[in-house]
Amino acid sequence: MATAARKAPAKSKSDGKSGLSAPKPAEFTKDEELAAYRHMLLIRRFEEKAGQLYGMGFIGGFCHLYIGQEAVVTGMKMALIDGDQMITAYRDHGHMLAMELSPRGVMAELTGRRGGLSRGKGGSMHMFSKEKHFYGGHGIVGAQVSLGTGLAFANRYRDNNNVSLTYFGDGAANQGQVYESFNMASLWKLPVIYIIENNRYAMGTSVSRSSAETDFSHRGASFKIPGIQVDGMDVRAVKAAGDLATEWCRAGNGPLILEMQTYRYRGHSMSDPAKYRSKEEVQKMRSEHDPIEQVKARLIEKKWATEDELKTVDKEVRDIVADAAEFAQNDAEPDPSELWTDIVL
Amino acid sequence: MPIEILMPALSPTMEEGNLSKWLKNEGDKVVAGDVIAEIETDKATMEVEAVDEGTLAKIVVPAGTEGVKVNAVIAVLAVEGEDTDKAGEGIGEEPAKADAAAPAPVAAKSEAAAPVAAAPKTEIAADPDIPAGTEMVSTTVREALRDAMAEEMRRDGDVFVMGEEVAEYQGAYKITQGLLQEFGPRRVVDTPITEHGFAGVGVGAAMAGLKPIVEFMTFNFAMQAIDQIINSAAKTLYMSGGQMGAPIVFRGPNGAAARVAAQHSQCYAAWYSHIPGLKVVMPYTAADAKGLLKAAIRDPNPIIFLENEILYGQSFDVPKLDDFVLPIGKARIHKQGKDVTIVSFGIGMTYAVKAEAELRGLGIDAEIIDLRTIRPLDLDTIIASVKKTNRLVVVEEGFPQSSVGDHIANQVSQRAFDFLDAPVITIAGKDVPMPYAANLEKLALPNVGEVIEAVKAVTYR
Repeated sequence: MATAARKAPAKSKSDGKSGLSAPKPAEFTKDEELAAYRHMLLIRRFEEKAGQLYGMGFIGGFCHLYIGQEAVVTGMKMALIDGDQMITAYRDHGHMLAMELSPRGVMAELTGRRGGLSRGKGGSMHMFSKEKHFYGGHGIVGAQVSLGTGLAFANRYRDNNNVSLTYFGDGAANQGQVYESFNMASLWKLPVIYIIENNRYAMGTSVSRSSAETDFSHRGASFKIPGIQVDGMDVRAVKAAGDLATEWCRAGNGPLILEMQTYRYRGHSMSDPAKYRSKEEVQKMRSEHDPIEQVKARLIEKKWATEDELKTVDKEVRDIVADAAEFAQNDAEPDPSELWTDIVL
Repeated sequence: MPIEILMPALSPTMEEGNLSKWLKNEGDKVVAGDVIAEIETDKATMEVEAVDEGTLAKIVVPAGTEGVKVNAVIAVLAVEGEDTDKAGEGIGEEPAKADAAAPAPVAAKSEAAAPVAAAPKTEIAADPDIPAGTEMVSTTVREALRDAMAEEMRRDGDVFVMGEEVAEYQGAYKITQGLLQEFGPRRVVDTPITEHGFAGVGVGAAMAGLKPIVEFMTFNFAMQAIDQIINSAAKTLYMSGGQMGAPIVFRGPNGAAARVAAQHSQCYAAWYSHIPGLKVVMPYTAADAKGLLKAAIRDPNPIIFLENEILYGQSFDVPKLDDFVLPIGKARIHKQGKDVTIVSFGIGMTYAVKAEAELRGLGIDAEIIDLRTIRPLDLDTIIASVKKTNRLVVVEEGFPQSSVGDHIANQVSQRAFDFLDAPVITIAGKDVPMPYAANLEKLALPNVGEVIEAVKAVTYR
């Protein structure tokens, strides 16, 4: 299994009450493997470009890159139906691309231009799309957990069969309102999947230094919310967990926790030198568990794609990103009158 | 000595109550802990237990009596060996009704507990938003708020109310009374004690297009939730470039109640009025409470709706209209005048109204403006009045630094400096945490005398 090098490797785990355990990784078809490859690569290349534009001064403020964690949003998106919502914190570019928000719109928001998704007024951490059911993009650690629970409340109120995917990190998992939300979600049987992206570090503090219970799949135990640990570096494992979780919620069973064991290759934000971990640790993850390389290896091995065909995909993805970057650098800044719009309706 | 059983105070703001029922008759033996009567307070129907053992010698206040003052003698208990016939003699001629003069200790108590509770005497100027000739019905602020929510919930299936004790308990302050029975548990949602969490759940539901009314048992508890109110509710519309906002009402009692001390006595009008993206409403009369709460529920923005526990039980005329909605952001001239402008809002109005009545006796004709909305602030109405009277006093219960009055004084000095004949005086609560002791609490709040002195100062009397 891909997580063999970890201290606490993902394994089949049951909470003992729900009978739920981590499902086997999904069997992907050729088309699914290729789609997963393309989607993850788009996020990877997009984030690399964002890092580059940050270095050139086109992007300001905070910029949190998703590189390394691509399998989590990509696999979960494959389990959704139309109308399912997604909400996350500030490491959000990958989530937006997974929800099919326009790369141009996201990149132009990063550069603070009028063609950005929030017309240049939100920035990296604050983007939304009602049309695509993406509810942000939130800058306060943990706040999105209560908000995502509210999205699920609305689904329940409307009895519409949709599920709220509420993402947060191992750091946010120690915020009080997370547990207030767990309680209400379980009490009212709300259709919400709490996806804890455990990338092992809350900014510079490792899970073991910040958390009394480091198995985040158990964090719902006091609220009777079952949880499972998932290999978040394997998009097939994520997809299988996503199928299980969405089915669980749609059946009216209430919330579920998925602990995605993942890893971010870059620092917490662009200004983080990441001295709290060794280069070897990062290198080991990159070389042994990279989510994109795993898919690529399977595609080649099964002869579902040649190196050349994959290079064509790479080229197409690079073109999309280059186009987005070009647009984001050349689009005009917001009109000064925008300062005073969208404050109240 | 026979023991006098007194009308008990059963809530911080209770001054009087109704004696609904006697559960013991004259001549019955009672032991400590027996329930002897039921009393209806401003919040609930409560049982009264005996604290002494004896025989109920005389029922002084019969069942069904309304408006019985706290501390009035309601019955007499003869202790062992006493003659029950004689025990009640001479007691009961003393008036216990609210409209009669109450015994001295009662007066002292209610004055300290609720320094501004008496109904205003000033004739309220006609509101141009209410058609002339509309039938008026005397209604408490409590009923007006409940009616507003019920009407809007009938009108729009996306409106629901959530909060602590709003459903089965019928509201900690009875504001949501009857809503569960009419609308059911899907739309009247009891939450756990978890302000931060349920405020966020409410905002999330609003972002998904529902129209939540989130009740805070008091706004003091909303400090636990203030991040969700400000960072999530108020800013999302701007941060999303207008794509997504939060049509939500946060409502509940705000400010000092009576004798609940520092952590439960604080006015948040100035706090929330600081935040772009919020609207802040703080009504005084029942009509404004109803018309503005209906407007707030329909408004697509996050609204902070600040009520006051002491005002809940007060009655005002409310227009009998099928759909009475008032504009948010518009002040109301409560009383026309020419010599000085007194601006206030919420419970601050009670000081202004009382001061105005006394000032009339001194030959000073004051204009009173009730802001009703703190944000957006109706500065035009204030400035127009100041241009007429050339003098301004602002009255509020909140803390003095960075107060609503400070902001008004600043704006008036910038926009109408040449019209001022005296510096603007702002009256606020004292710059101290609210003390518990009755006398200190009274000192910490504004008072009518301060308003009168301020008016005298700006009119050079």
